[in-house]
Amino acid sequence: MEILFAVLIGILFGSGIYCLLRRSIVKLVIGIVLIGHGANLLVFSSGGLLAGRPPIVESGQLAPTAPYGDPLPQAMVLTAIVIGFGLTAFALTLVHKAERAVGEDDINAFNSTDT
Amino acid sequence: MLLVLSILTIFAGAVVAPLFGRQGRPGWSLFIALPPLVAFILLLTAWFGYAQPDGSLMVSWEWFPAFGVSLDFCLDGLSVTMGLLVTGIGVLVGIYAVGYMKGHPQFGRFSSFFLFFMGSMLGLVLADNLILLFVFWEMTSISSYLLIGFNHEDENARKKALQALLVTGGGAVAMLAGFILIGIVSETYRISELGVLAEVLRSSPLYTGIVILVLLGAFTKSAQVPFHFWLPNAMAAPTPVSAFLHSATMVKAGVFLLARLNPALSGTDLWAWSLTGFGGATLLTAVVLGIFQTDLKKILAYTTLGVLGLLTMMLGVGTELAIKSMVIFLIGHALYKAALFMTAGSVDHETGTRDVRVLRGLRKAMPLTAIAAGLAALSKAGFPPFFGFIGKEYVYTAGVSVEGLAQVALPVAFVGNLIMLALAFKAGVSPFWGKPTAEGLLPKHPHEAPFSLVFGPLLLAVLGLVFGVFPFLVDSSIVGPAVSAIEGHPVELHISLWHGVNLPLILSLCTLAAGITLYSCRRFFWKRHLAVNTFLRPRGAEAVYDFLFNGIVRFSKVQTRILQSGLLHNYVFIIVSLTTGLLAWAFWRFGGIQLDFSTESMSALSTGLVIIMAIAAILAASTNNRITALVALGTVGFGVALLFLYYGAPDLAITQLLVETLTVVLFMFVIFRLPKLRSLSSKATRLRDAILAALFGGMISILVIKAFTIQFHESIGSDLAEMSYPEAHGKNVVNVILVDFRALDTLGEITVLSIAALGIAALIAGSRRKGKGTAK
Repeated sequence: MEILFAVLIGILFGSGIYCLLRRSIVKLVIGIVLIGHGANLLVFSSGGLLAGRPPIVESGQLAPTAPYGDPLPQAMVLTAIVIGFGLTAFALTLVHKAERAVGEDDINAFNSTDT
Repeated sequence: MLLVLSILTIFAGAVVAPLFGRQGRPGWSLFIALPPLVAFILLLTAWFGYAQPDGSLMVSWEWFPAFGVSLDFCLDGLSVTMGLLVTGIGVLVGIYAVGYMKGHPQFGRFSSFFLFFMGSMLGLVLADNLILLFVFWEMTSISSYLLIGFNHEDENARKKALQALLVTGGGAVAMLAGFILIGIVSETYRISELGVLAEVLRSSPLYTGIVILVLLGAFTKSAQVPFHFWLPNAMAAPTPVSAFLHSATMVKAGVFLLARLNPALSGTDLWAWSLTGFGGATLLTAVVLGIFQTDLKKILAYTTLGVLGLLTMMLGVGTELAIKSMVIFLIGHALYKAALFMTAGSVDHETGTRDVRVLRGLRKAMPLTAIAAGLAALSKAGFPPFFGFIGKEYVYTAGVSVEGLAQVALPVAFVGNLIMLALAFKAGVSPFWGKPTAEGLLPKHPHEAPFSLVFGPLLLAVLGLVFGVFPFLVDSSIVGPAVSAIEGHPVELHISLWHGVNLPLILSLCTLAAGITLYSCRRFFWKRHLAVNTFLRPRGAEAVYDFLFNGIVRFSKVQTRILQSGLLHNYVFIIVSLTTGLLAWAFWRFGGIQLDFSTESMSALSTGLVIIMAIAAILAASTNNRITALVALGTVGFGVALLFLYYGAPDLAITQLLVETLTVVLFMFVIFRLPKLRSLSSKATRLRDAILAALFGGMISILVIKAFTIQFHESIGSDLAEMSYPEAHGKNVVNVILVDFRALDTLGEITVLSIAALGIAALIAGSRRKGKGTAK
């Protein structure tokens, strides 16, 4: 399964980079989102993949029963998801505003500092 | 302890100095002289009270023990000589600066820079660790940059300050490399331990490299040929700065370094010949150029260059007598040169010009300044019984006694001394004697300088006389130990003024006679001053510097034009292709990828999900239909959530679902207010980008596969899981990590989100206001 994950992460990064290379500002945001998904999956899978074993302590026990998914990457990814959302939301608003200001959705038109 | 305290006093002074430099409280500005005075007394106490019988006092603190770098300080004969000169002359120049820059609105800034420099210089001479010395060395360069460019509204001052910084800074980088080589060979950075290891250093194959690199640092700092040009240019600084940095202290740092490392590195032909050769060349170049100068400060700058050359040359000759002569000359020079600079500044201050061609007969108007300048000039010229005379006698004695090729030093020193004598008279005597200049020729009506401007030079000039008449005041207490420190073994020294009639004395007398003759033909050289300068400017070392400097500026302009296109596409393309290339190179070079197709935890469900997500991602990137893009993007996001769920991370799945929903809604809001997506790039560009993106994605895949097979450190996840319930009373380990173990991270995350929210709110509010404005 890890190999499939690796290929998926590669595809997410590749498509993201392709979007970053486009001149449309919407594509730029799509690229950022795709790369974010890739990075999240990368961190998540680094703890090893284990189907259906969440790190949760069952009642009457002191620790989760092994084997269980590594909780540390999960905590990191949780943070990353939320921050990624903040970034996407901000980028989208900025794109909207910038398009209004410049009157153009082509990034190459965004080349002056004062508008 | 006293040593560190003395350095810290001055730095502390630099920090608070701006408070005392405000306008309207002239008395308070005298604060500038207080920290050096305290440091001076501390050093004297340390030297005469606490120094060990072998003549040194050491303190040491750990700094970077892993690299062998520590805060070592050592007070021996050499460092106490330099330390007392730095702080002592510092006090006097400080007092002088108060008078010279009276009413200057930025005097506080000046005193801060000035004390900062002084502290660095004191640290430099007291440091007993090569790396520590380098740090202080760079600090003197930086503070000297600030001081030379103090009149920062003057473009010339800025340019010359930069020049000094670049030349000395460039040399310092080479020097650092030399230091590190020394550290590699001798396995220590402590300077006091290097003397014993001299044999190891000399026999090392790195020795030649070490010497060349260290000499580069010392020669740039002490302005030896061919780096001499920055020193006369640094005269753009205010006069107190020139008096302090460019005669008595900073430029001596290079010579000091050579003297410091003399026990460790000397004893080879390479060392002896480089020092003698470059020193002698500097001496001759300086005096020959100096004789054509008409600006008081420039004349003094060229004689300083000459003396620096002479000191280097005597170090290169390296006999015991030569070292003695070098130390005596160094002290004598510091005393009279600082005095002469200050009187030159006073003359400039009171008459408004520094042109020696019009300055004449000021002795009536400025008697005290004239006395100070005259005494200093006599000492510089080497008249008995001044300290300068003793220095010159020792130079000649050393020159007479050497054998072999080093005898060249004697005629060079003779020529140098006689021209310097003429220059001394030009700077110290000619402005004050003769018929006073006609009233209209001077920009200001000359009158005596205030006390603060006279005190320093007068004291220094008188000291030059006192030390000359009573040399026992300094010989065994200061000069002797300094010579011992340079030689690396104890040396007895008893200076006396009179040695009877011998060859050195006759040479001295010849120097006097020839020098005065030369002085009387000064007008001959002054007339040719413009011609010589215009001839040399495009052919000298400075032209090489200008060429390199302009070349670098032009190169940076060209590369900026090529690299900084301002197009996002180009930046991303360059960065991504470089990353891909480097990654590929690393994989090719180091290999080690194991393709391990484990089917563990694989199922039809997850496999199908992954395939759908891959298709959706590619679709989202390639489509031009807004709805398709949105749906594809949503598919990828919800797919990620399902993957999380499947692989035992319900919290992530819930969060991802929530966030993805919000993202899609937000996208919908924005995307339909924008123009339709269209292909802006040409087909070829898209193909090129697709190839690069595919390569990059493949590289990432390989990286991920490689990362799976590496475990640097056992995951701390299991520890966290075990602590979760007993210690934090939470059953969901991921949640416990977020709100308890790593609560600060979560706080940071909340902060980021709030800032993003604020930013979005501001953007929306801004666009609304603007919208209203245009609607009307």
